[in-house]
Amino acid sequence: MKALREFIDKQKPHFEKGGKLEKFYSAFDAIETLLYVPDKVTTAGAHIRDAIDMKRTMITVFISLIPALLFGMWNIGYHHFLSLGESPDHWTMFFYGFLKMLPIIVVTYGVGLGLEIVFAQIRSHEVNEGFFVSGLLIPMIVPPETPLWQIAIAVAFAVIFGKEVFGGSGMNIVNPALTARAFLFFAYPSDMSGERVWISEMADSFSGATPLGNALVGNFDNMPTQWDMFMGYMPGSIGETSTLMILVGALILLATGIANWRIMLSVFAGGYIMGLLFNLWGLNDYMNMDPLSHLLLGGFAFGAVFMATDPVTAAQTNKGMYIYGFLIGVIAILIRVFNPAYPEGVMLAILLMNVFAPLIDHYVIESNIKKRLKRMKIAIKN
Amino acid sequence: MQEIFNIFIKSIFIDNMVFAYFLGMCSYLAVSKTVKTSVGLGLAVIFVLGITVPVDYLLNEFVLEPGALAWVDQSFADVDLSFLSFILFIAIIASMVQLVEMIVEKFSPALYTSLGIFLPLIAVNCAILGGSLFMQERDYQSLAQATSFGLGSGVGWFLAIVGIAAIREKIRYSNVPPALRGLGITFIITGLMGIAFMSFLGIKL
Repeated sequence: MKALREFIDKQKPHFEKGGKLEKFYSAFDAIETLLYVPDKVTTAGAHIRDAIDMKRTMITVFISLIPALLFGMWNIGYHHFLSLGESPDHWTMFFYGFLKMLPIIVVTYGVGLGLEIVFAQIRSHEVNEGFFVSGLLIPMIVPPETPLWQIAIAVAFAVIFGKEVFGGSGMNIVNPALTARAFLFFAYPSDMSGERVWISEMADSFSGATPLGNALVGNFDNMPTQWDMFMGYMPGSIGETSTLMILVGALILLATGIANWRIMLSVFAGGYIMGLLFNLWGLNDYMNMDPLSHLLLGGFAFGAVFMATDPVTAAQTNKGMYIYGFLIGVIAILIRVFNPAYPEGVMLAILLMNVFAPLIDHYVIESNIKKRLKRMKIAIKN
Repeated sequence: MQEIFNIFIKSIFIDNMVFAYFLGMCSYLAVSKTVKTSVGLGLAVIFVLGITVPVDYLLNEFVLEPGALAWVDQSFADVDLSFLSFILFIAIIASMVQLVEMIVEKFSPALYTSLGIFLPLIAVNCAILGGSLFMQERDYQSLAQATSFGLGSGVGWFLAIVGIAAIREKIRYSNVPPALRGLGITFIITGLMGIAFMSFLGIKL
């Protein structure tokens, strides 16, 4: 370890102002702070002491994503061999999925971090840790058969137009990972939906539609059981299938206080209540689906736990969080059932509420100000 | 009744004036700096659209359409005045905007000054004329349908401008590249909002 530290210290002068590799300072800085805790401290006027910083926050989210990621890898292999009618041992399945997954992750990080470094250098700020998480989220919300060049373009779009034009992490309006997913969805619809994309290299005779895809066309015959939905034995985007693994991640996030429980709770509540309302309405089979299944299927749990809780793009006020989360749940189920164009609505529901989150906050704050003014007037009168 | 409600919902979310047709962009971009003024302009647009679309509907139904003048005399049954629709629609819109201007000036002088030139400019706002022309093109069947379309389009425009105003208030603290500050970033945000609004695209009501 000491040798590494010495090596970095030795290289440092080259990258600092006036050195010959000055252009690459932000890349160097990113690597150095990744390896060692930076020793920069505020010299005056620090008001809050907290052990947690941006880097630690992001690492926690990263760790909480790992269970779902590992399960996703196994699930890719499981469905691949299932479609071929083979059943090898779990390690073979996992390894197959791992090899499928690896290029996607490498491309995402390569393109995303490359752009981040370029932007950081031009605009002379540090490379933010934000992409550390986005870069793992993006591979987890795409179908396993997505062509790599499409992922590269989508990541570039998300990083530039979703984040860097606003000035980098913490200043964006919409979630960058979801922007990438929405870009893929609208730009290359044939590679993003249908029956062929959800299972990698599957046999021709096999039907690989996701449960939600089947439900949309009114085919409820081979719905998985709720236990299978909960465990995640169904085709889908890589990280989204297993509600159990997502809940493990959610526990980590809630225990460390990184994600806000208000948002998670209200998203699930919104989805469940909307499902119940549809049950009461009950015009067709889809409306009669068990509300619990709605929460277990598709990307609902993943979106609620990892996407909606993004502290930058979500509502910031406590009351606003309840409204924001609730509306995400409601709109997601609405899109699923009502919109024949899209099988899944969670992504778009979260994007839509990202857009309106500042408005919700604005009115929550306004009403708070009004309430306090009123209280003050009464106090003065007495 | 069901049909009227459907038209209302559809014109707010699915055929949103801003995100589906990019109409009324000039005042949308110019007056969306703060939520307060944009609420005022949004309400004015709802009001103007809610009145001009039904009035233009009546005009279209009883004067302009081919054969619409038959109620005056049978000999007018083959008269087609639809070439006059642009100029007459604009005349109605301009007079309505005058009315709104007088109301706003009387009851909220502060809003009147903050809206400035953009209040009279509603008269040439393409969302308003667009509302009337869409009404003519889509051939709504009754006055109630036209009214609900007009109000719905207005509410959709209101939502769009209030939403972007809140975002612009928030990104005041963002480190936007100097070249993009102001209109540039607003266009990019509008595009991102458009992606979000595509969630409703394809819903059949």
